[in-house]
Amino acid sequence: MILTPKIEVAGLNFYYGAHRVLEDINLRIQPNQVTALIGPSGCGKSTFIRSLNRMNDIVPGARVEGSICIDKQDIYAPSVDVVNLRRRVGMVFQKSNPFPKSIFDNVAYGLRINGMTSSREELRGRVEASLKAAALWDEVRDRLQTSALALSGGQQQRLCIARALAIEPEIVLMDEPASALDPIATQKIEELIYQLKSRYTIVIVTHNMQQAARVSDVTAFFWLGRLVECDRTNKLFTAPKEKLTEDYITGRFG
Amino acid sequence: MRGDLGFRVGTGLFGLVLIAIVVAIGFELTRESMPTIQKFGLNFWRTQTWDPVAGDFGALPFIWGTIYSSILALLLAAPIALGIAIFTAELCPEPIQRPLIFLTELLASIPSIVYGLWGIFVLVPAVRALEEWAPPVLRQLPLFSGPRLGVGMLSAGLILAIMVIPFTSSVAREVLKSVPAAQREGAYALGATRFEAIRAALFYARTGIVGAVMLGFGRALGETMAVTMVIGNQPTVTASIFAPQYTMAAVIANEFTEAADPLHLSALVEIGLVLFAMTLIVNVLSRLLIWSMAPGAQGPGVDAAAPAKLAAT
Ligand SMILES: Nc1ncnc2c1ncn2[C@@H]1O[C@H](COP(=O)(O)OP(=O)(O)O)[C@@H](O)[C@H]1O
Ligand SMILES: [Mg+2]
Repeated sequence: MILTPKIEVAGLNFYYGAHRVLEDINLRIQPNQVTALIGPSGCGKSTFIRSLNRMNDIVPGARVEGSICIDKQDIYAPSVDVVNLRRRVGMVFQKSNPFPKSIFDNVAYGLRINGMTSSREELRGRVEASLKAAALWDEVRDRLQTSALALSGGQQQRLCIARALAIEPEIVLMDEPASALDPIATQKIEELIYQLKSRYTIVIVTHNMQQAARVSDVTAFFWLGRLVECDRTNKLFTAPKEKLTEDYITGRFG
Repeated sequence: MRGDLGFRVGTGLFGLVLIAIVVAIGFELTRESMPTIQKFGLNFWRTQTWDPVAGDFGALPFIWGTIYSSILALLLAAPIALGIAIFTAELCPEPIQRPLIFLTELLASIPSIVYGLWGIFVLVPAVRALEEWAPPVLRQLPLFSGPRLGVGMLSAGLILAIMVIPFTSSVAREVLKSVPAAQREGAYALGATRFEAIRAALFYARTGIVGAVMLGFGRALGETMAVTMVIGNQPTVTASIFAPQYTMAAVIANEFTEAADPLHLSALVEIGLVLFAMTLIVNVLSRLLIWSMAPGAQGPGVDAAAPAKLAAT
């Protein structure tokens, strides 16, 4: 089966000032799959994932060369509306970052600022649906008006996922979403990712190779700002083409 | 380990000494104001006659003037100070951020008396012109009645606002800068515009910003020299922003050296006692709010205020 890629990255170079962090990245990301990005810390995984929703635009001195197309449209083209792009490409961060508001208002935030609902009932319905999609509804249904900061770390992270899902993105980017969580909370997030891929294209950064093996269909291995290898996850972990990949996954370094 | 312990005991002692000083000041002020406390009781703060010759003391006009001028200053200063804070922390280009911060700190270090002189020569004539220009209909309202002198509540409020802006804006700026980048990024990632991301940051920082505004209020309460020079020094209780009025700090500064009568002296000290309590409470509250948000935010603090304090004595 030949799929048209959801995201197509071609000749991507990324600079923080004069410092080149990503070098000639070429990568196709397929729809409704989970793509994992692995590699030692500092190799540019976060930078790469943040360039997919142009989050790096707000970093002074950041500069991009090459192209990133989503549905065949270059997201760095001058005509692109960044706000609209970020609505289509949701993001979940390494450390959960709920707003100091109620659980309800956290999920409703994106719907409100983007004017996506026309009535209170619709808003409530969308918040509920998002919390259900993030497998959090049963735990918070009785306390939607309490502060999001009172939730546990794992719940906060699922709230952030619900918040991202509420505005119905097509792509969900996750930058080490479980790295600050305990094993049980991590497992919940992984199950969630598995459920979400039928509806979304998911790109996840993880430093945990078992996690990449468990949740992803495709894995891309980054090394010092370069994409060394990208393949189906079971192939990359069992029969890598590159020596560097093999050394990394067998734990011969970092 | 021993050195560490010694260090902690040492600094702990200094902390205790500071608390002891505050308590001692409170005690001394209370002791010295016993004559009026015993003679007038609470009536001291309810009556308006201030007649040192007859030995009749009512301090209502001073507390009224102090609170009125400080609230006026707060209303004028808060929006501008927040605007400056938002601009420096969120909007202005990197290269001009540092010079701008430096300039704000510089404004905070100008001695109070210099602001006062500027007030007399520039601000008061401007306010007088405004009062002369104000249409008679307007001047019939209680808020705008009174003589056209220039000196008065409006001049005091304006000069206090100008003096308070550097403090409030610099603390508010530090509070804003202490908002985790993750909060702004979280908003951006949900399709927020720059304006909406700044609003999210402001919301996150709200406690600290209230603290910053309150800190400015606390400074306005105790500000002496500049206010004394432009408020007109008339002990009256009136709503008019054009009328000359008086503040607690101003009456102490004006009358302390010539208060020969023990009752007069006691009246002034009692005013000082209440001013001390008010500023202490407001400052502690605002510091607590700011610390809960941004442990590092100080404002153009202690050194900057030193020349102002010197000028005031
Ligand atoms: N905002 C920034 N400004 C300058 N350099 C940065 C910035 N963010 C990351 N870097 C640098 O870019 C490189 C890649 O970082 P990052 O993308 O965070 O890697 P990873 O997520 O794989 O650990 C590192 O050398 C890091 O120091
Ligand atoms: Mg990273």
